[in-house]
Amino acid sequence: MKTWLSPRSTAGLIMIAGALLALPFLAASGGQAWVRILDFAILYVFLALGLNIVVGFAGLLDLGYIAFYGVGAYVYALLASPHFGLHWPIWAILPIGAFVACLFGMLLGAPTLKLRGDYLAIVTLGFGEIIRIFLNNLDAPVNITNGALGLNLIDPVRLGSLSLAGTSEWGALSLSGPQKYYFLLVTLAIVVVVINLRLQHSRIGRAWQAIREDEVAAKAIGINTRNIKLLAFAMGASFGGIAGGIFAAMQGFISPESFSLTESVMILAMVVLGGMGHIPGVIFGALLLAVLPEVLRYAVVPAQKALFGSVLIDPESLRMLVFGLALVLVMRFRPAGLWPSPERKRELAEVSE
Amino acid sequence: METLLQQLINGLVQGSIYALVALGYTLVYGIMGLINFAHGEVVMIGALVALSVTGALTAAGLPLWLAGALGIAVAILTCMALGWSLERIAYRPLRHAPRLTPLITAIGMSIVLQNLAMMLWGRNYMQFPALFPKAAFSVGGAHFTAVQIIMVLTSAAMMIGLAFLVYRTRLGMAMRATAQNSQVAGLMGVNIDRVVAAAFVIGSALAAVAGVMVGAYYEIAHYQMGFMLGLKAFTAAVLGGIGNLGGAMAGGILLGLIEALGAGYIGDLTGGFLGSHYQDIFAFIVLIAVLVFRPAGLFGEKTGERA
Repeated sequence: MKTWLSPRSTAGLIMIAGALLALPFLAASGGQAWVRILDFAILYVFLALGLNIVVGFAGLLDLGYIAFYGVGAYVYALLASPHFGLHWPIWAILPIGAFVACLFGMLLGAPTLKLRGDYLAIVTLGFGEIIRIFLNNLDAPVNITNGALGLNLIDPVRLGSLSLAGTSEWGALSLSGPQKYYFLLVTLAIVVVVINLRLQHSRIGRAWQAIREDEVAAKAIGINTRNIKLLAFAMGASFGGIAGGIFAAMQGFISPESFSLTESVMILAMVVLGGMGHIPGVIFGALLLAVLPEVLRYAVVPAQKALFGSVLIDPESLRMLVFGLALVLVMRFRPAGLWPSPERKRELAEVSE
Repeated sequence: METLLQQLINGLVQGSIYALVALGYTLVYGIMGLINFAHGEVVMIGALVALSVTGALTAAGLPLWLAGALGIAVAILTCMALGWSLERIAYRPLRHAPRLTPLITAIGMSIVLQNLAMMLWGRNYMQFPALFPKAAFSVGGAHFTAVQIIMVLTSAAMMIGLAFLVYRTRLGMAMRATAQNSQVAGLMGVNIDRVVAAAFVIGSALAAVAGVMVGAYYEIAHYQMGFMLGLKAFTAAVLGGIGNLGGAMAGGILLGLIEALGAGYIGDLTGGFLGSHYQDIFAFIVLIAVLVFRPAGLFGEKTGERA
């Protein structure tokens, strides 16, 4: 790799960087709500890329991914809220959150290593539900998670003396809370994208790919499938944990409701729709599915009012319906995703012959 | 001792529902190796259709027993049609696709059905008509109701009927042949498409009956009622050995008993630390334990690659 980037891709990167810098200000002209939507879209990119390691690279269908996100969020909330009276700084909590989520990832991974395909999906789903049931019920006899009520008054992210909540002014430049979170999230997302890109063609990435294609063959050529699969679970879970921490700080409030199976399915849908294992595809899928519901909200309600005079179908249920249909239709007509990687496309073409 | 007997009765009743739903999973899995994730939603649709039809007919002046019987019949027919269309529209085109593809489709169908049901019936819990007599009995300090007896007897009858169908009829023979080796069965003149469709239709009919029974038992119905039930029934099917009919029945009853006893005694066992609201985790713990230690299930044959 002598020339890391061709002039063409350098130009592309500069354009992307420019767009990323301009976006929060463009969105703010439509109101801070849109900046928040943008924040969530990037958080979903982050999550989808984490899940992509497990599902896309290693081919392990994980339906309980949201559990790690939940674990990360609760770790942050417990260490930085009045609930236990702890107010640790973010740089201390995020690694702890990532580590705890990673432990949970191994806890899930270890017993399920022998399983494959559909069985793994069901077990991970069950695992996610177990975590949610515990979050919901661990308020008695010792109140740890505050049960279904959730935890509130969670500290916002503070970097030195700068709090990311509320508006800050630097001379002519004024940044709102969501805008500051946007820059934090974009930075983290870029880090994750770079890690993903570097992983993909590393020794580990190729080992994952080998396991995805044929586990027996991968074992035969000397890949330690057990450790490599555990690593996929652990890495995916760590990213989920970090994303959860940021989510808790951004929202200031979390409850077990935020970590339901629906969310797991949504993130899986992002990965599957975008194109499993293809980083640009996954980013595209995450952005598409994160922004789509908001568009529906703004388009469907007025459209229904104009057509029927009242809101017959609320946008929230329409959102899930669209997700479900999208999963079915994509599997039927574009099983490799909307923006698949060239290799994956080829593989699927071979299978269907 | 009284609690034990009571929990055994509750477990048996709950287990008979799991068994009925588990049969649907296991029929489809045995024949085409697909986990039909949307099966729990078929149960839910069955319950809600029965609720609506019965409600409408009693409002029109029919006596409850007649309205109820018609409601159940319509629910069964609707679910059979639904099962058939699911297979035809969603799964058949994917029969030769990689294994994860139909699974993701099934998850998608499950979401679609749940949200369609929510649009049709709303988000609220609905009162399910009391279809069965409320008489209660008491033996040795444990109580049980006529509904519970009817449920257990109905499940037993359905299972015997299914066993007869699978082991004594031509269609059943075709199903068993397809399960063993669909290609060879096809060469022997079995119409594979028809057999697979039949498995979906039969499974869905059982699901409709299960849905009505759940509704009548708890006297409540809801668009999300099928999801957890479906997962647990799947667990029951895995516990008994997926693809094995007797295993699904035994697994269902066993899971019902494990849950009831677990919920009844977890408080005592953990010194009050965990309470009966942890009931739902037993199924998942059983599922994980079975898959880890005995992936073929209690009565399944070794399937090697599949697990």
